[in-house]
Amino acid sequence: MSAVLAAILPVLAAVALMLVNGVVLIYMLRKVLGRLHLRHGPLNVGPKGMVQTTADVLKLLSKEDVIPTGVDRWMYVLAPAAVFIPSLLAYAAIPFSENLRITQLETGLLFTFAVLSLVALGVLMAGWGSANKWSLIGAMRAAAQTIAYEVPLLLSVIPVVMVVGSLDLAQIVQAQSGTWFGIIPRWFVFAQFPAFAIFLIAALAELNQTPFDMSEAESELVAGFATEYSSMRFGMLFLAEFSNSFIMSAIAVSVFFGGWSLPWVPDSVIAPIAPVIFVLKTYFGIFVFMWIRGTFPRVRIDQLMTLGWKWLIPITLGWIMLTGLVLKLGELGGAS
Amino acid sequence: MTETVNGIAFAILAGAAILGAVGMLTTRNVIHAAFWLLESMIAVGGLFLLLQAEYLAVVHVLVYAGAVSVLMLFVIMLTLRRREDSVRPVEVSVAGAVMALVFGGLVFAAIASYGDRVAEMPETAPDTAALGELLFSRWALPFEVASLVLLVALVAAVWWSREEKR
Repeated sequence: MSAVLAAILPVLAAVALMLVNGVVLIYMLRKVLGRLHLRHGPLNVGPKGMVQTTADVLKLLSKEDVIPTGVDRWMYVLAPAAVFIPSLLAYAAIPFSENLRITQLETGLLFTFAVLSLVALGVLMAGWGSANKWSLIGAMRAAAQTIAYEVPLLLSVIPVVMVVGSLDLAQIVQAQSGTWFGIIPRWFVFAQFPAFAIFLIAALAELNQTPFDMSEAESELVAGFATEYSSMRFGMLFLAEFSNSFIMSAIAVSVFFGGWSLPWVPDSVIAPIAPVIFVLKTYFGIFVFMWIRGTFPRVRIDQLMTLGWKWLIPITLGWIMLTGLVLKLGELGGAS
Repeated sequence: MTETVNGIAFAILAGAAILGAVGMLTTRNVIHAAFWLLESMIAVGGLFLLLQAEYLAVVHVLVYAGAVSVLMLFVIMLTLRRREDSVRPVEVSVAGAVMALVFGGLVFAAIASYGDRVAEMPETAPDTAALGELLFSRWALPFEVASLVLLVALVAAVWWSREEKR
């Protein structure tokens, strides 16, 4: 029995983390965007409006679940789950600290990208199932964008994998401990800056975030693929979106910003609070996403495709070649 | 304990894979067929995972479920003129039946030729690095040929779409 319990508990913990993340991130988004737009955001419910999103979630839960006539019923009903489940699965390989993670996967980094790529299919399901032109166009845009930017996203982390020699997220984090010359932390964001820049752009596109949010451009498409959804089905689509930005930021933190470790502080000192450091770093990453969201205008779909295929992919391929060359030369130099 | 758990997982995954394949063949809606195929592919990815072939499982999901299915859905959704066209009538074709029979016979013959030679499972599954090394040493030529085939397809697709615009 205890083995079964031990297997189920981490999954429940992931669900709880996902829900809490959703509530906290929606509040954070409102406050951060409010600040950037020179307004207040939520104020009245609770101190500084902190209970506002909790109230909103309760309201969503208690609302009527409307299923429009004419929808493709099975697809319409299953789509929110098809978006939600991959998003939940993606928590499996995230290393919150040296020991705290749901499962230890040799190919953790690749696994996370693989399950996130399934979100696009849930979105297509929602778009088709809704039997609504806006939904369908939104879903097609979202899916086209996701598969186009998956290529540079995956390619951008390959140089780091080449340096570390492992796809395991925890090993990638461990490779970043220590400093250069006693000052600069050994984070890959410094040694692999071009890779990080491309990762950031591709991650924003993958998340359908501003400036790449054509899939739910309110002014053109109402709410994109989520238009016909109501009540908690809408809630699930919405929650998955916030959870995905947490995952993407967590990957960025593990791959480029040293994960749970802090520079200049030995790992043994911070071991008890390592998960806290990890989550704080991740939230800072999400704050940067929101900052970009509040600052940049939306790009056009053809600009997006040109940027992805004609610029990002060739640049990453070149950077991979350069990294390989430097690694090989270093190897030869070390051997002689 | 592990054996039973693996047995249950295998039953679920294999059942899901077969269900997906049957669903794909019996549904008359092309969009539903694509999603049934996707379900089958994800289940096969799970079977790889049961064999401790972690890398294969992940790449299978990434390529077949994440990319190929999306492309298939795109092609279907872009070529459908009207939403109602997604439901197709059942077409009985003799040529199709013959082809299916020949293909089925070939697959059966290939499997039967193996007899009961079951490959010995290694104690520990080789890791991703070992797979990569093997791919670039022993299997380097087939690997390069495969990439060449993909390149030809890529160039042809670009050429094709250019031609149409003129």
